[in-house]
Amino acid sequence: MTKQLLSGNEAIARGAWEAGVHVATGYPGTPSTEIIENLAHYAEVDVEWSTNEKVAFDVAYGASLAGARALVAMKHVGVNVALDSVMVTPFSGVHGGFVIVTADDPGMHSSQNEQDNRYLAKFAKIPMLEPSDSREAKEFVRIAFDISEQFDVPVFLRTTTRTAHSKSIVEIDEPHRHPPKTYTQNPQKHVVPIWGKRQRANIEARLARLETWAETFAGNTVERNSKKVGIITSGISYHYAKEVCPDASFLKLGMIFPFPKQLIEQFCSGVETTYVVEELEPFIEEYLRIQGVRNWKGVPNIVGKKALPVQFELSPDLVRTGLGGAESPKAFDGELSIPPRPPVLCPGCPHSGVYYVLHKLKAVVTGDIGCYTIGALPPFKALDTTFCMGAGIGNAFGMEKVHRNTMGNKLAAVIGDSTFLHSGIAPLIDVVFNKGIATVILMDNSTTGMTGHQQHPGMGRTIRGEETYAINYEQLLRSIGVQHIKVVDPYDLAATESAIRESMNLHAPSVVISRRPCVLLESEKSKVRHPYEVVEELCEECDLCLKIGCPAIDGSDTIPVIARERCIGCDLCAKLCKFDAIRPIPVEVPS
Amino acid sequence: MNNGQGKNLLFAGVGGQGILLVAELTARAAMHAGFDVKKTEVHGAAQRGGSVLSHVRFSERVHSPLSPAGEVDILLALEKLEGLRWAHFVRKGGFILLNDEERMPASLDTKPPEYPKDIETFLTGKGFQVQTINATSIATGMGNHRAANTLLLGAIAKRMGIADEHWIATMREGMSPKILDLNLRVFERGKELSLP
Repeated sequence: MTKQLLSGNEAIARGAWEAGVHVATGYPGTPSTEIIENLAHYAEVDVEWSTNEKVAFDVAYGASLAGARALVAMKHVGVNVALDSVMVTPFSGVHGGFVIVTADDPGMHSSQNEQDNRYLAKFAKIPMLEPSDSREAKEFVRIAFDISEQFDVPVFLRTTTRTAHSKSIVEIDEPHRHPPKTYTQNPQKHVVPIWGKRQRANIEARLARLETWAETFAGNTVERNSKKVGIITSGISYHYAKEVCPDASFLKLGMIFPFPKQLIEQFCSGVETTYVVEELEPFIEEYLRIQGVRNWKGVPNIVGKKALPVQFELSPDLVRTGLGGAESPKAFDGELSIPPRPPVLCPGCPHSGVYYVLHKLKAVVTGDIGCYTIGALPPFKALDTTFCMGAGIGNAFGMEKVHRNTMGNKLAAVIGDSTFLHSGIAPLIDVVFNKGIATVILMDNSTTGMTGHQQHPGMGRTIRGEETYAINYEQLLRSIGVQHIKVVDPYDLAATESAIRESMNLHAPSVVISRRPCVLLESEKSKVRHPYEVVEELCEECDLCLKIGCPAIDGSDTIPVIARERCIGCDLCAKLCKFDAIRPIPVEVPS
Repeated sequence: MNNGQGKNLLFAGVGGQGILLVAELTARAAMHAGFDVKKTEVHGAAQRGGSVLSHVRFSERVHSPLSPAGEVDILLALEKLEGLRWAHFVRKGGFILLNDEERMPASLDTKPPEYPKDIETFLTGKGFQVQTINATSIATGMGNHRAANTLLLGAIAKRMGIADEHWIATMREGMSPKILDLNLRVFERGKELSLP
């Protein structure tokens, strides 16, 4: 058997392939993105980046109903987008095995919120598995497909940033062939609004059967050691607890919903104190308290969120301290100032041009999800809001309804190309339909930037690079009734400013398309670049060039310094300089 | 399975400096040497010039991919402030290798942030072994500033108890032929700079 060092996401992709997955879909979102990216390397699998998570879910579910094994992967908030579809599937069941990967982000490393999607398993009455490392990630995907087919229900596989993005050693297996079954019509099962009532009782009966199955599931493991301390845990938290409490007894739950009732009761009755070590919400703890589990003396003795935080990630340190162990060393920021290092827009980022203009115009700007959220930070401070995918346009329209006379010509919504196609079109139709005047700035950088350049329907390429139709935004906008469309290059600051100013002053819906590819795209990076420098004798130390927020310019001294190896020669800072002090570095001619 | 002594490592720096690459090389070299290994990192916003951190742990059996604070043997920082930010993870007497590079972080409010002074002196005073190497300038001189990460990796390679053959095999497997030669040379140069 071959061993490989795989991330949780790579292991899920490998496991799905080994389990014979036929169709895999998703929308990029940290920390789930690499699952679909890696599945695209297996030629046998039909893989797509879908328009959004709900579409991804519906496509994968359709494949399951048609008889194939299918997988859909998304980040925790992606499941919110898909939830309408998710909630019906326990009624309609599956045909081919169907796995939904939810990648949670405790600690909000790359997310707008923190939510514990274990509750969605309970909410939707869908079983959920939770691997603790890459080896289990690969194994649990296969098990999830099996459970799905055995119990006629989709199965959640829950990861967190720490399991998705940690690498550990995995033994890889050969793929099992799982050809799709034949499709048979079954409206009594699949036309839910008409026949759903008949299925309702089945959902409860299925859960009871799953609960029984969980009692003997090999992924729910018991390690009997200390009689004083028992730890119930799951996922990455198991490894933290194992590290700092090696002598404790452990019940590690590989299946987080439904719970193995008897196994839990037996475990708790064999120890004095049961500690529940779980990240985020008291999901396991609530169950133990409702069940009224007791220790070996017959009294309830559970310690959970009283000892461990409910917010952000756990760590070996937090678990050790929470369970009464020593305090860990603290960061030195009590003794020295250690300023945080927020992410910044890249040197030459096309968004910089737009944000420079919006700041200058003192616009009220509703934002959206992507790299461009950074526009809220200095020097731009150009964003009033950012919430979730596709929210900005609706938010702008709502503001306009309240303050049209005073704010109408100062109001804009910014949205990236991928986000616009994900969920920005419907709210823009609403603006047109209900006679709004909002200005939308569509920041088209020809990719899904934030998550690392995944293909989307505006790019003309599929996930495997095959050519496909590329959305023509101008045509799309016209067809939904937007009459005023301007296209600008955000490196042309004057044109960008006049386009945005004019559009905001119009009493009609308008869209400014700011069009320039992301500087990190290979096609851009391979271009010859001529870096700029500040000519000291000409510099008047006015710091105007710093207003473009370029991280290649160090403004901490009186005369700004441009880092030669990071400058891409976009010319934006030079355009701001009133003294012509920023110039391309003269090219050395070899003698 | 390697029963040799394991190590806890921390790699820190600013997005774009190649931190994740050297962390990956280390994890693979440890696996090549027969250790159990775990590595963890956070992607996403970190790629846009923010703080980047990766833990690598190898030994006979590794549980948590995150090292507990105070238990890291070696911290490699490609930027000084980032070294200071995570130095409390290093054990007393542990080793901190700093790249002689200071990058002012972007500000979160109108006031520009204050870059801490004398980071080496401060960390030495805390009981760590500290070494500073101007890796960026040496790597630039040798052909490409981007190889600073490999130079620093070379300078801690001996401390990790992983034999040379594993490092070289891992670099040959993981690097494109275009950059392999330079990186092998830079790695050797780093080894020459390592303190006893």
